[in-house]
Amino acid sequence: MVVSNQFARFPEHSIAGEHSPLSVTDLGVSYSKTPVLWKVDYVVPTEGLTAIIGPNGAGKSTFIKACLGLVPTITGQIEVFGKPLAEQRELLSYMPQRSTLDWDFPVSAIDVVIMGRYRKIGLFRPVRKRDRDAAMVALERVGMGAYADRPIGQLSGGQQQRVLLARALIQDAMLYFMDEPFAGVDAATELAIFDVLQSLEGEGKSVICVHHDLQTVAENFDNILLLNTRKVASGPVEKTLTFKNLQAAYGGRLRGLADIAVDGHLATA
Amino acid sequence: MTAIEFLQIDFPAMLAAGLAGVICGLLGNLLVLRRQSLMGDAIAHAVLPGIVISFLLTGALGATTVLLGATVSAIVAVVLIEGVRRFGVVEPGASMGVVFTLMFAIGIVLVSVFGADNVHLEPEHILFGQLENIVWLDASGWSDVLSVERLLTLPSEVLLLGGVLVMTVGFITVLSKELKVTSFDPSFASAAGLPVMVIHFALMIMVAIATISAFTSVGSILVIGLLVCPAATARLLTDRYQWQMRLSALFGLLASLGGYTLGSLVPLYLQLDFSLSASGMIAVFAGLMVVVAALVSLRRRNQVIYEFNPDQAGQ
Repeated sequence: MVVSNQFARFPEHSIAGEHSPLSVTDLGVSYSKTPVLWKVDYVVPTEGLTAIIGPNGAGKSTFIKACLGLVPTITGQIEVFGKPLAEQRELLSYMPQRSTLDWDFPVSAIDVVIMGRYRKIGLFRPVRKRDRDAAMVALERVGMGAYADRPIGQLSGGQQQRVLLARALIQDAMLYFMDEPFAGVDAATELAIFDVLQSLEGEGKSVICVHHDLQTVAENFDNILLLNTRKVASGPVEKTLTFKNLQAAYGGRLRGLADIAVDGHLATA
Repeated sequence: MTAIEFLQIDFPAMLAAGLAGVICGLLGNLLVLRRQSLMGDAIAHAVLPGIVISFLLTGALGATTVLLGATVSAIVAVVLIEGVRRFGVVEPGASMGVVFTLMFAIGIVLVSVFGADNVHLEPEHILFGQLENIVWLDASGWSDVLSVERLLTLPSEVLLLGGVLVMTVGFITVLSKELKVTSFDPSFASAAGLPVMVIHFALMIMVAIATISAFTSVGSILVIGLLVCPAATARLLTDRYQWQMRLSALFGLLASLGGYTLGSLVPLYLQLDFSLSASGMIAVFAGLMVVVAALVSLRRRNQVIYEFNPDQAGQ
């Protein structure tokens, strides 16, 4: 059975306190008649940045939403640092896809960042100066300090993305889920976001990104999960981003797979 | 018109309309920002079966009966709307359309089956309210306005609206940050462990209470206008959340007082031998505010382009 298989490869108590940040077993999600995710098993390595890649409609966003408990799952277990999701919420941070939000909403950049502190502030309690200060620090970390009071509708796409990143940072989590953080951003923002991701990794935190730009995967991520409803492959990028795996996930739909694959030279040979 | 006449007839009506305006202005904001503006409309219609059933059970149509039946009905409607949206896999607008027409229809059928001839369930009263019927016969002079004891003799509709205003302000103050984040980014709020669904239902129940308390005096159609127009007006004039709230409440008040003045006081002052429907004029006034605000914001946007100087545009 799949479950025992997983635990055989990744013993639950390998070293005390060394639980995988995220362990997903037999995950199945369906919105209508066809499954979006089916029998997905995945254990996130304790080190390195992880990218979830796959074609459109592969269930990448659904995967992280399921891990966060945002969509109902039909089958499967999700464990965060060795415990059920419900007990570990304060260790998680979520950065949703920018395009799913209403950027006409009348709030300023710093208002959005402060939302990342709401959990810490607690229900019914007001926002205090120390929360604003913390939000300001996070905004400066993503290079947006000068835009704190700007209404979010007046920011560029890249700036909006940085605001969302600042909000995720302020949650002070151990495991960060980011849905397409690089979608539609300028080159400067892309670099700024990668910088932040690397510093998070340096602090011993785990980051899982849904990523669509195959060109930058090998360069910037350590692990990948290749999805297409089912898990196609997972593991260290240099062993997993192979021509064969990419072809299995994307089929003939994508040109230039050989240029992206780590073993592309073999495919063209 | 003497002062006493004003106090007895116009003052309570303006107070009821003004209170309804502020309540709806505040709550309507959250509906508009959540893109659920039609929720007020849905609730206003869906309360009918609850009102009829509670009348049939108690045999009386007091303010308490109406409020209780209507509130239960509204809660059922909110739950059904969420259920149809989720399990019917349709967009929220369609779900509201299904539920409120069905419930309103059930209400109409109940009225006709149980022959509610002796019930004062006049459709016009529900649609257009009874603003003109809200009178304060106990008023004897301006000093009454300053005495709490005397103010308590105001008609029950006004007292009810006063209570609901206190509730509304308390609700949006205590839940201010929760309402903000669940309106802007419900997935994020949910991932952070906030009870998004509970907050949604709490807001909907608040909207239901506000709608019901307002429409027994100002009518169910007008209530929809007061929920949407002040919030939409404010939305056109500010990008700040706090100001959105404040302006919306202010515009709600303005629409009510302005509409009442135009509908009732101006014809009286001009000694015309007719008056305009006060509730109707309030809705007209509210709609005109949106038009004016749209023109102002359009002009402001154009000015931004004409006056833009790229050399001075710093960061």
